[in-house]
Amino acid sequence: MSICKKTIIETAELLRSREIGAVELTKEYINQIKKKNPDINAYVTVCENEAIKAAETAQKLLDSNEDISYLCGVPTALKDNICTNNIRTTCASKMLENFLPPYSATVYNKLQKSGAVLLGKLNMDEFAMGSSSEHSIFGAVHNPWNTAYVAGGSSGGSAAAVAADLCAFSLGSDTGGSIRQPASFCGVVGLKPTYGLVSRLGLIAFASSLDQIGPMTKDVADCALIMNVIAGYDPMDSTSVKVQAVDYLDGLEREVDDLKIVLPREFFDSALDEDVKDIIMRALKDLESGGAILSECSLPSIKNAVPAYYIISSSEASSNLARFDGIRYGYRDENAKNISDLYRRSRSEGFGREVKRRILLGTYALSSGYQDELYKKALKVRSMISREFNNAFKKYDVIAAPTCPTVAFKLGEKLDDPLKMYLNDIYTVAVNLAGLPAISVPCGKDKNGLPVGIQLIGKPFGEKLLLNIAKMIEMKAGRLQIHEEKEDL
Amino acid sequence: MGYDTVIGLEIHVELKTSSKIFCGCKNEFGGEPNTRCCPVCLGMPGTLPVLNKKVLEYTVKAGLAMNCKTAGFSKFDRKNYFYPDMPKAYQVTQHNLPICYDGYVDIVVGHEIKRIGIERIHIEEDAGKLIHSSDGQDSLIDYNRCGVPLIEIVTRPDISSPEEAKIFLETIKTILEYIEVSDCRMQEGSLRADVNLSLKPKGSNTPGVRTEMKNLNSLRAVQRAAQAEAERQARILDAGQEVYQETRRWDDHKGESFVMRGKEESMDYRYFPEPDLPPVCLDENFVRTIKKSMPELPGMRRERYVNQFGIPKYDAELITQNKHIADLFESTTEICGNPKLVSNWIMTEIMKRINETGEMILESINGENFGQTLLLLDKGEITHASAIQVIDVLLETGEEPVKIIERLNLRVQRDETLVEDTITQVINDYPDALNDYISGKEKAFGFFMGKTMAALKGRGDPSQVKRMLAKELQKRMNQ
Repeated sequence: MSICKKTIIETAELLRSREIGAVELTKEYINQIKKKNPDINAYVTVCENEAIKAAETAQKLLDSNEDISYLCGVPTALKDNICTNNIRTTCASKMLENFLPPYSATVYNKLQKSGAVLLGKLNMDEFAMGSSSEHSIFGAVHNPWNTAYVAGGSSGGSAAAVAADLCAFSLGSDTGGSIRQPASFCGVVGLKPTYGLVSRLGLIAFASSLDQIGPMTKDVADCALIMNVIAGYDPMDSTSVKVQAVDYLDGLEREVDDLKIVLPREFFDSALDEDVKDIIMRALKDLESGGAILSECSLPSIKNAVPAYYIISSSEASSNLARFDGIRYGYRDENAKNISDLYRRSRSEGFGREVKRRILLGTYALSSGYQDELYKKALKVRSMISREFNNAFKKYDVIAAPTCPTVAFKLGEKLDDPLKMYLNDIYTVAVNLAGLPAISVPCGKDKNGLPVGIQLIGKPFGEKLLLNIAKMIEMKAGRLQIHEEKEDL
Repeated sequence: MGYDTVIGLEIHVELKTSSKIFCGCKNEFGGEPNTRCCPVCLGMPGTLPVLNKKVLEYTVKAGLAMNCKTAGFSKFDRKNYFYPDMPKAYQVTQHNLPICYDGYVDIVVGHEIKRIGIERIHIEEDAGKLIHSSDGQDSLIDYNRCGVPLIEIVTRPDISSPEEAKIFLETIKTILEYIEVSDCRMQEGSLRADVNLSLKPKGSNTPGVRTEMKNLNSLRAVQRAAQAEAERQARILDAGQEVYQETRRWDDHKGESFVMRGKEESMDYRYFPEPDLPPVCLDENFVRTIKKSMPELPGMRRERYVNQFGIPKYDAELITQNKHIADLFESTTEICGNPKLVSNWIMTEIMKRINETGEMILESINGENFGQTLLLLDKGEITHASAIQVIDVLLETGEEPVKIIERLNLRVQRDETLVEDTITQVINDYPDALNDYISGKEKAFGFFMGKTMAALKGRGDPSQVKRMLAKELQKRMNQ
């Protein structure tokens, strides 16, 4: 088995026992990227030299035998909306095609401090707006399970890179499902933490009140491990929350007694593919036979989640993306005649269609005369959804649902129909509106061999329980791995 | 036809916190362009604001000084518009839940006290500055001012003349200097005002159409702009025409205003809650602590000066208008012990010098050196003329008064023999004047007095000289 197939924890053991060196491991991954990335298109930037340097530093740390992190020497990659000092951060947009951030995101600083090696930056939907990672100036990401299919989005590169063994783990960002949906499509574990648990400093904002950075990993234990590193209060992010540090890895396999799982009817509606439903129900039945109590409930406001989400996220985006004006950094049209012409041309040419669609939608929703009917109404829906979730959590420990209504769809299939594309998010957006944690964990494959993810939604800061249950599911369903023909031969 | 003038002011004040509102950059005026900024105040992608707690404290201070209520719950909003000096393309401000509201400030108009309502005081961030090259080819941007904390004070339309507007601004300036939240340097733009003005027929209750005049940065400009606008609107109304609701720009050189944008072009700022900053929930303790630490305000000080130091109300009023001068009065009085003498000197010699050279003289003169000088004067060790000389020298060199007095030999000359010899000499030098005196011309006494003082180089003790001169002249008369 290729070393790149190994989980973080397995890799860390090999590094500690000197079975492989950090530099050798990094080179192995770089070769893998060179070989496989042309088909997958997960990476938009590979920083080979920096990676080898970081691996050398990590090796010194490993050799020092000091109390080092599990991540020391482990190769990783970041979604390209997470700022990395002096390493190009593009948001997969022409607007930032050559943008070198002057500082690093808190999460990247934390990873660096623990000795992780950054291999490069990962493809995505432009400015994280999309559900298929097709809206990228670098071209679409292909699903490693079947390259005719999308990897999901917007963290499609982060999911595909982990699934195709092009990094040991990655970080993505989730505004309305952007970690969970591609995790589900690519058969990896993806966690969207509680809003405020992971610092957003250095995450190029799409919708500030919804965005969260989270891990994408090969298995649940790795996910817990990464949470141990990236979670925690950041004084530089005013929306970050002071909570007691939790060891997510500790007791991951413990039995949970009297676990009350609820299945809201709205998540099992007619949009849900039968095949996907069967696979999800099988995983839930397994939990039931393990002692969990399954119930049904209704969260009626969920039906308004998609429109509310698109109004709120687009409104915030219209403001967040206004700074890309061609003045200080980023794309500038050099033929502009005056200042408003400069704005108009730079923004018209620098942003892609989907981004412009959302900016227009958001600008409209915030305009005087429409704000009450659109933005403010959406905020009301948002608080109703939160209230319904809160009520459900008074009775139940966790909500179970499919991550997506279907498995991965074909490239190009929904590209011309934005509404169809938006409806792909029906099971994920409510979680962001309520600021709750949710994990997508693989639980099987459909008849065409494409992965299916189950979504577990928890109480605020209830990540530990989610990881616990995800681990139970993983133990039953097994880790989904792609068997490549070449290797099988 | 007569009109009533209705004026409301929006005053932007830069707070003198040591760092900016949302980042750790130094909050100082000037500096090489773009040297006082960081990724946060430059609004670089992915950056987030962290509110400077001092800004809250200063704003609450200003609110309390202006008799405002403080909001238990308040929040920040984004005001969206494109302009190159605004790097995020939105300004973080407070739209509908300001931190302070419903206050008032009393101003003195003539001999009357008038109460001006304060609608609200809210927090916001300042923008950078555009610099246009002289050939008009380039526009450069200096972002140093980006993220400087501002408060905006919005009055009710209670001001009824350009003169009142000016007095109100002066009063606000004094209050802000007293509570030490702003330098209020109008020439540096740390205090700027927008004037909202409308006219209505005398005695009418129907409000007229108002215009807004933007960014006036001197007291004089505020008064002149308001005056010119009241006259402009009166001319329009007199001609039976309509005043348009519009935003105007005042040109202080030309002494007239121009339309910036009309009502139709009014901007839609698309305000919405700033998602990067949690709402502000003011702790009662926080407000109470600030309340306790509130310094004495000008009105209170004025009363105290009258009661404690027994100086006239008029003097107290004048001295307390400027905190630095009031501070000088108190520290000087402490050393010299004669408040009336101090207030006289402040209102004459010190005010004169401030008017001539500006307030920076207050950096060289202090209670210690000024107090010593006046104490020596009060004790008769130096003369009035010498005291003025000492002040001028110490303003220039910073030397201690005693040293100046020694170096220039200014101490009053009381040596009886010397004074007697000088008087004898002077009388001998002017026999005609002596004859005049003997023949009963009283004026000659003054002549001898002046000549003697001059011969003593101004250092004679006038009462001593007078006494001895009278004695000597009497002697000559009897001869």
